[in-house]
Amino acid sequence: MADKTGDRETAQQISEVFVGSAGPSRSLKPLVTVAGIEAASVPAFIAGQELADLAESDDRIVVLSADLAGAGRVIDFAMRHPSRFFNLGVAEQNMVTVAAGMASTGLRPYVSTFASYASLLCCEQIRTDIAYTGMPVRILAHHSGMSLGFYGTSHHALEDISAMRSIADLIVVSAADANQLRAIVRASLDVSDPIYIRMGRGRDPEVYAEVPSNFQFGRACRLTEGGDLTMIATGSEVRPCLDAAAQLREEGVEVRVVDMHTISPIDVDEVVAAARETAAVLTVEEHNVTGGLGSAVAEILLESGVATRFLRAGIPDEFVLIGPPAALYAHYELDAEGVAARARRFLARGVNE
Amino acid sequence: MFRKETFRLSRIAGAGHYGGALSAAELIVALYYAQLRYQPSDPGWLDRDRFVLSKGHAAIGLYPVLADVGFFDPALLDSYTRLGSIFGDHPDMRKVPGIDFSSGSLGHGLSVALGQTLAARVQGRSYRTYCLLGDGELAEGQVWEAAMAAGHFKAGSLIAIVDRNQFSIDGPTETIMGVEPLDAKFAAFRWNVRRVDGHDLDAILDTFAELADEPNAPPQLIIADTIKARGVQRMEGNADWHVGNLVGSDYDDVLSEIDAGLQPSIGSH
Repeated sequence: MADKTGDRETAQQISEVFVGSAGPSRSLKPLVTVAGIEAASVPAFIAGQELADLAESDDRIVVLSADLAGAGRVIDFAMRHPSRFFNLGVAEQNMVTVAAGMASTGLRPYVSTFASYASLLCCEQIRTDIAYTGMPVRILAHHSGMSLGFYGTSHHALEDISAMRSIADLIVVSAADANQLRAIVRASLDVSDPIYIRMGRGRDPEVYAEVPSNFQFGRACRLTEGGDLTMIATGSEVRPCLDAAAQLREEGVEVRVVDMHTISPIDVDEVVAAARETAAVLTVEEHNVTGGLGSAVAEILLESGVATRFLRAGIPDEFVLIGPPAALYAHYELDAEGVAARARRFLARGVNE
Repeated sequence: MFRKETFRLSRIAGAGHYGGALSAAELIVALYYAQLRYQPSDPGWLDRDRFVLSKGHAAIGLYPVLADVGFFDPALLDSYTRLGSIFGDHPDMRKVPGIDFSSGSLGHGLSVALGQTLAARVQGRSYRTYCLLGDGELAEGQVWEAAMAAGHFKAGSLIAIVDRNQFSIDGPTETIMGVEPLDAKFAAFRWNVRRVDGHDLDAILDTFAELADEPNAPPQLIIADTIKARGVQRMEGNADWHVGNLVGSDYDDVLSEIDAGLQPSIGSH
C-alpha cells in the first residue's frame, strides 16, 4: 500500500514542484493540469489566488518570489497583478530583505519560497530586518516539513518552527489545509506584525469544510472532544490526528484534538486545559521533536504545575530517510495509522516511551 | 563639529567606531545638508528621500547630524548607549526619529534600499533612495544579490555610495578580501558608476548634481575614496582605530586637532 502510494507520488511530485515556475516575463498560463492533477487538488497553494483577490481592494499587497513562483503558486497573483509581483531570482536572502524595505514604505509584502530556505537560509534576515524592525512582511513558507520527500534534507524544513518561534515579535502559524490558509491570509490584513506562515506541499487533505470565520492568531481550535487523551497538532498533522482519533474512538478511547495553528504566541490556556481536563497529552508535528510544537507545549506544562502524562510525536533528532512523502509519514508514524499506534502504546504503557 | 560630537559620544560609551564614522563624515553632511529631501518635523513623510546606513556602525557619525537638522533634541545624545537609550552603536529605526531603516548586520542595506526603490515604483512616488555602504561589507554575498537585482530591475532612483576607506576591521581590504576592481564589478552588474574624493564637499555635491533623474534606468553608484578616521592624524588609515577609545589628554588633543580643520592627509590617497 505504502509503496504503491509512493510510486504515484513520485511522478506527481516532480511535476508539481517544477512545472509552471516561469516568471511573468514569460508566457503565463494558469497551471491547471500537471501530470493529470487538477489545480483544485493542490488546495493549500491557494495563497496566490487569495492574495490576487484581496489585492483587488487592497493596494498595499505585493508578492515576491525567488524563482519558485510556479512551485508556490504565487504565479496566480503574478498573472493578475504583474506590476505588484517581483521575481528576485534564486536569491532568497535578498528577497526577504527587499520585502522588508518595501514594508517600511507602507506596503504589505508576501514572500514565497520553500520553508527550508525561508526559515534557515533567511533566518537572520527574518530576525534582523523583519522582526526586530516590526515590518509587516508575511513569509509564505511552502513545502514545509519533509513534504518534499526524496528531495532530501536540503529541501526539508524540520527545524523551522524551532528557529522561528525563538524570534521575538514574529507570529508563527501553520496552515492545516486550504481553507485555514485562506483564513490566515485574510486575518493577516488586519495585523501589522511580521508573520511566518508554514504551509505544506499543497495537497493537504481538508480539515475545515469552509473558511473558518472565527480564526484568530494565538487562539487554538478544539476540533473534537474527549477525556482520555488530547492530541495537540499543527499544520499537516491535524488531519492525521483527526483520523487517528476516529480510529481510537471506535476502540472506546475518547480523544480531544486541538489544532494549535499558532505556535508563537501559543495558546497557553488551551495547553493547560488539556492537562487539567484530559488524562494525557500527545503533541504531533511534522518537525524535529527538539524545539518545535512539542517543546513549546512541554515548556508550558512544566511551568503550569499541572501534572500530566506527556509525549512528543515528530521526527526524532535525526535527518530523515530518503523516500516518497507517504512512505516517510508511515515510517515516522506521522500518518493516521502511525499516530493511532503511537497513542495506543502511550496510553497502554502508562509511562512515556 | 560632527567629528567632535562623534568623539564626545564615544567617550560616553567608552568605545566607538571612530574610523568608519570619520571617513564618511563629508558624505553624511553632504547628504543631509544639501541633497536629501526630508521633513524633520514629519519623519514618516511618505515622499521623503530614503537613506539607509548599510554600514550601521557609522551611526555615531549620523546621530549628531540628525539632531542638528531637527529630528530630535541634541541633548538626547547624552544618553548614547546608556541603559534604555534610543541610541545604540547601530541604529534602530523604531527608536531614533530620522532613521529610515535599522542596520548593523552588514550586507543587508542595499537590499533594503532596493525594496524601498521598488516600492516607490509600485506606489507611484518619486523619492530617491540613498544607501551608504562600507567597503569591507562588500564581501557579504547579499550585497551582490541586491546589486544584481537592482541592475535587473533598472532601479535608477537607487543611489549607492561606497565609503572606500580601504580598511575593514582586520586590516586593508585588499589584504583581507580584495574588492577591486570595484567600478568594473558594479558596471558588470549593470550599474552606472562614478568616483569622487569623499572628503571634498564640493566634489561630492558636483557628483550628486550629475546623478540622472530617471527611475527606469541603471542604478547609480558613487565610489567615494576616503581615508579611514580622516581628520585625526594618529588614526588615519590605521585599522587599529576601527573601534577605539580615547582617554585623558589624548581626547583633548584630538578635539583640538579637529578644531583646526582638515589638514593634508599623511596617508596615501
